[in-house]
Amino acid sequence: MSELIKGKPTSRRAFLRGSVAAAAGAVAAGTAQAGTPDPLITEVQPWANGFGDGVDATPYGLPIQYESDVIRRNVEWLTADTTSSINFTPIHALDGTITPQGCAFERHHSGAIDLRKEDYRLMINGLVDTPLVFTYADLERFPRENHVYFCECAANTGMEWAGAQLNGAQFTHGMIHNMEYTGVPLRTLLEEAGLDVAGDLKDKWVYVEGADASSNGRSIPMAKALGDCLVAFKANGEALRKEHGYPVRLVVPGWEGNMWVKWLRRIEVTDAAVESREETSKYTDTLADGTSRKWTWVMDAKSIITSPSPQAPITHGTGPLVITGLAWSGHGAITRVDVSKDGGKTWETARLAKPGEAKALTRFYLDTTWDGEEMLLQSRAMDETGYIQPTKAQLREVRGENSIYHNNCIQTWWVRPNGEAENVEIS
Amino acid sequence: AVWAAPFGLGRPALLEEIAAWDVKVMPDGRGLPEGRGDVETGDEVFGDQCAVCHGDFAEGVGNWPKLAGGWGTLDHDDPLKTVGSYWPYLSTLWDYVNRSMPFGNAQTLSPDEVYAIVAYILYSNNLVEDDFELSHENFMDVELPNAGGFIVDDRAETEYAIWHGEPCMENCKDTVEITMRARVLDVTPDDADSTATPEP
Repeated sequence: MSELIKGKPTSRRAFLRGSVAAAAGAVAAGTAQAGTPDPLITEVQPWANGFGDGVDATPYGLPIQYESDVIRRNVEWLTADTTSSINFTPIHALDGTITPQGCAFERHHSGAIDLRKEDYRLMINGLVDTPLVFTYADLERFPRENHVYFCECAANTGMEWAGAQLNGAQFTHGMIHNMEYTGVPLRTLLEEAGLDVAGDLKDKWVYVEGADASSNGRSIPMAKALGDCLVAFKANGEALRKEHGYPVRLVVPGWEGNMWVKWLRRIEVTDAAVESREETSKYTDTLADGTSRKWTWVMDAKSIITSPSPQAPITHGTGPLVITGLAWSGHGAITRVDVSKDGGKTWETARLAKPGEAKALTRFYLDTTWDGEEMLLQSRAMDETGYIQPTKAQLREVRGENSIYHNNCIQTWWVRPNGEAENVEIS
Repeated sequence: AVWAAPFGLGRPALLEEIAAWDVKVMPDGRGLPEGRGDVETGDEVFGDQCAVCHGDFAEGVGNWPKLAGGWGTLDHDDPLKTVGSYWPYLSTLWDYVNRSMPFGNAQTLSPDEVYAIVAYILYSNNLVEDDFELSHENFMDVELPNAGGFIVDDRAETEYAIWHGEPCMENCKDTVEITMRARVLDVTPDDADSTATPEP
């Protein structure tokens, strides 16, 4: 496997280099005169006359080897150690909205732990009528719900605050995944423990923490806890992956990924926020004057063109071009995405593949014609609250450049006449 | 209304179990166990348990977090955020060290060791003298410098009203120029660079 992973990008580069060099004249060859018969058609190919693999060859399959560049990537210099670090979803190569779990990004603070269902315990304590302990089997006996939501790291695009830094949508926007979760509403579990003793719920909180060494404790206001939070044990139809919190994680729709506590082991009802490390030292957003916002939970409306993009250049020459990307909002459904090819001078409204779903990724397409001229591609999301995704300049005007988190600015790709794309900032 | 009746699932948590897992400390000091530790002891424990990553003076080694310094830099271009320059509450330091440090060997410190380490980090940030002893009794006397430095999320007031309405579609600006390029900075991992190499 590692050989394939190492080998593939090289050959892909070589392929692209070849096609870019030939771009000017030969690109149309694929569709132009078919004077010479294509041997892939006129000669019997091995797959058309022999056997493929038997049904017992792959009890649980991985993608075909030719897709081996569609993988999570690490950026070594970002963190001191890979166990408290981040990797990136290959959004430049995906389509639709559901993220395959095997390449969905990871963020751990003390590594991805191995926690068996048999060893799993969930405690609810604090201001509840009866503090409870659940086993995994207990959780499967509560009524379940299914919902699709995006999980976006608060730091997604955070390296881009001060300028154009990483060259690829995977790196600038890949701290995100979007899955269909199955689980039990957090509300159900809280009400199983009983909230009468908590009194007025308006000023109450829940503190949630994981079973790992980092704990990742976060405080969530009761209204959200009783709202749409899910205690999830399945994602995209199967058990959570180890690295995504197996066997149980919290799903906090629309809110920053840090709060989606993995390997969830304890839920405590409190009369105040705990102000843990992950909501004081981290996940607070410093403004230009040195004060910092805390409790910036919601992820605002955002979008990104995934193709063309630096890792997905145009290799087919001029003519029909599909510009596609993702849009999402923590406030609700995406209602519209506009695309600009000239750096924001003019905009066209893109087509949503499906009507936007609340707090979930939405796929957009702009089916267009490329004349081979350079483009400055941008996308601009709008959500059901009327919020319009801002430019980086607009964000900086309010916040300065030191917020680290919550960078939902409009991204620009510079597409050159040879089809390459680059992460740039523009005036 | 669907949730009116409990399902009778789970079982009551025992006090020992709650005590084992509920070790949080609140900003008002609730949750602190009895104990004490002074700067001198903290210096020793820190040297044994923490300095390999965080430095002898909590100043940080390499890419590992700096726990001291950066005072007065929060409004600078590259603020240095440490316990002394940034963290609002001492409770968070006690809680996090107790629960999640040392990195790779968490939950091995005694309460007295945690008090001593916290005292030493305060000393490293010039917030207490070298003969200071921290305990559950005087814990709340310590106020960190940036306690007043945080505001609750105000995006609803400062941002949402501006970025709202019907956006510009035509003639939105006169000129557009590229002001910064990622390729010039060149910090994207090489093995992930599946883009075409530019021809000269």
